[in-house]
Amino acid sequence: MKWKTIKEHIIYSLLRLSGLFIVCTLAILLFYILSGGIGKISWEFLTNFPTNGMMSGGIFPMILGTLSLMTLTMLIALPLGIFSAIYLVEYAKPGRFTNAIRLAVHNLAGVPSIVYGLVGLGLFVVFLGLGLSLVSAALTLAIMVLPIIIASSQEALRAVPQNIREGALALGSTKWETTCHHVLPYALPGMLTGSILALSRAAGETAPIIMTGAAFYMTHLPSSIFDEFMALPYSIYTLATQSSNAEATRPTVFGAILVLLLIVLCMNLVAIIVRNYYRKKYRW
Amino acid sequence: MKFDLFTLKKYDYKKIRNLKDNVIRKILFGFGATAVIFIIIILVFLLIEGLPFFLEGDGIDFFTGDVWDPSSPNTPRYGILPMVLGTFLVTLGAIVIAVPIGIGCSIYLAEIAHPKIRETLKPIIEILAGIPSVVYGFFALIILSTWIDDLFNSTTKLNALTGSIMLAIMMLPIIISLSEDAIRSVPQEMKEASLALGLSKWDTIRGVVVPAALSGITAAIILGVARAIGETMTVLMATGNAPVISFDMLSSMRTMTATIAIEMGEVPFGSTHYHSLFAVGIVLFAITFIVNFIADRVMKRFREKY
Repeated sequence: MKWKTIKEHIIYSLLRLSGLFIVCTLAILLFYILSGGIGKISWEFLTNFPTNGMMSGGIFPMILGTLSLMTLTMLIALPLGIFSAIYLVEYAKPGRFTNAIRLAVHNLAGVPSIVYGLVGLGLFVVFLGLGLSLVSAALTLAIMVLPIIIASSQEALRAVPQNIREGALALGSTKWETTCHHVLPYALPGMLTGSILALSRAAGETAPIIMTGAAFYMTHLPSSIFDEFMALPYSIYTLATQSSNAEATRPTVFGAILVLLLIVLCMNLVAIIVRNYYRKKYRW
Repeated sequence: MKFDLFTLKKYDYKKIRNLKDNVIRKILFGFGATAVIFIIIILVFLLIEGLPFFLEGDGIDFFTGDVWDPSSPNTPRYGILPMVLGTFLVTLGAIVIAVPIGIGCSIYLAEIAHPKIRETLKPIIEILAGIPSVVYGFFALIILSTWIDDLFNSTTKLNALTGSIMLAIMMLPIIISLSEDAIRSVPQEMKEASLALGLSKWDTIRGVVVPAALSGITAAIILGVARAIGETMTVLMATGNAPVISFDMLSSMRTMTATIAIEMGEVPFGSTHYHSLFAVGIVLFAITFIVNFIADRVMKRFREKY
């Protein structure tokens, strides 16, 4: 009996340890990135162009590139994702075609990001002739985040109680009026949360944009959406692995990582806050 | 007359509303089809760009050849085996590290942890899941590799083990959150029945809860594996990228994803080398498709059970 309690104590400690491992991992990761990058962050670093082979100067074009890429991706992915979800939840009747859509969404979510890059290169850059450009990269990323947006929007729509729909329909609303005026307003916060998370994923994604438009170095800002662009994740990758003077560019890399993490984590935080706020507000 | 006009108007109005409703229904149907269209486009483009490689006659050497040397001027060789092995070993290493920690942590979160600890751990896991892969890759490249070097005196600083550890950390959030869901969905009555029969809490967890949630946990692990196989930036920056056949976890390796990322930027468009990278993409797509399919099946079985 005594041996058994000792054994259980050991096992419980091991289980606690695995929880602790997660905390430590994040702490170590953040510690190194903060200590490496915090000294680099300044107004000049955020608003200037890189100079001297990116060893000094700022990262303004990368930040702008990442932000514009995110905006463009969302402009493409958001309507596609939300309307697909509305169709799937509100309109689709169970059947072969609906099953095919479910299967497709599921499989899109499982495709490795590098394969999206390949397809983006073949389809947008070469076949459609968009070239290495902001719009090619945004289209590629849009297809990539589409399943995330569809899945979270579906979940948000399903959470709206059925009797709200039935009430609206019983009062003579058409299907679209019901959806638009009575279902969407309640589902929107949930959709928003999922979309912000998808967007933060797109912001940090590197593999697809390597092949579809990210540039190693540019002396000017992209003049249109058909121009190449610099992006934070791609610059982090190239500076860390391919720079001729790795030691000298390291502070810039740390600074860029810190900025990227701030962008991504802020969006995650906003998503979590939105979710918690509306979870409390709507209780069915 | 006035009455007639009124009903006519009302009738028209209703007609217009219904027409509008039908048009919107059709438009939404079009949106619904986008996912299907995209998955078909992905398949078609992989095949269009990848099949020429097989048609040029190197198909058998592609699957059986153990040398990947596409830039050799005289005899370019396109053997995918070193990369398949690289992906396999790095993923296997990640599984060995991530599965015990992941299951342990999910049991802890679902059954043991105080609600307050749980509420703080969950966001931490979400943050880990949200960190971009290039950041993990950089951490592996700059910090983890020196630790590995100090610990094991490896010949190369960037090796399969570095990649495995980093992939394990990236897999953990998926494994933990999905396994925890699985464990929590085990009916309370089952636990209570076990406790009522005099089993200790640990015996209940080990003998009742975990076996009941096993298919859900398995699906979580398989989904984590799918993520690890498809991950590019981390392994690209961590494993050293030498396309050689080796079973030594402390030697440099290269995965399929890394090969595509490294070489795609340098190949002339339309060359055999260009098509060979799409062929690697097809293999990668097929592997992740199968792994995801298996995970889906296992998950479905779990859902049907409860």
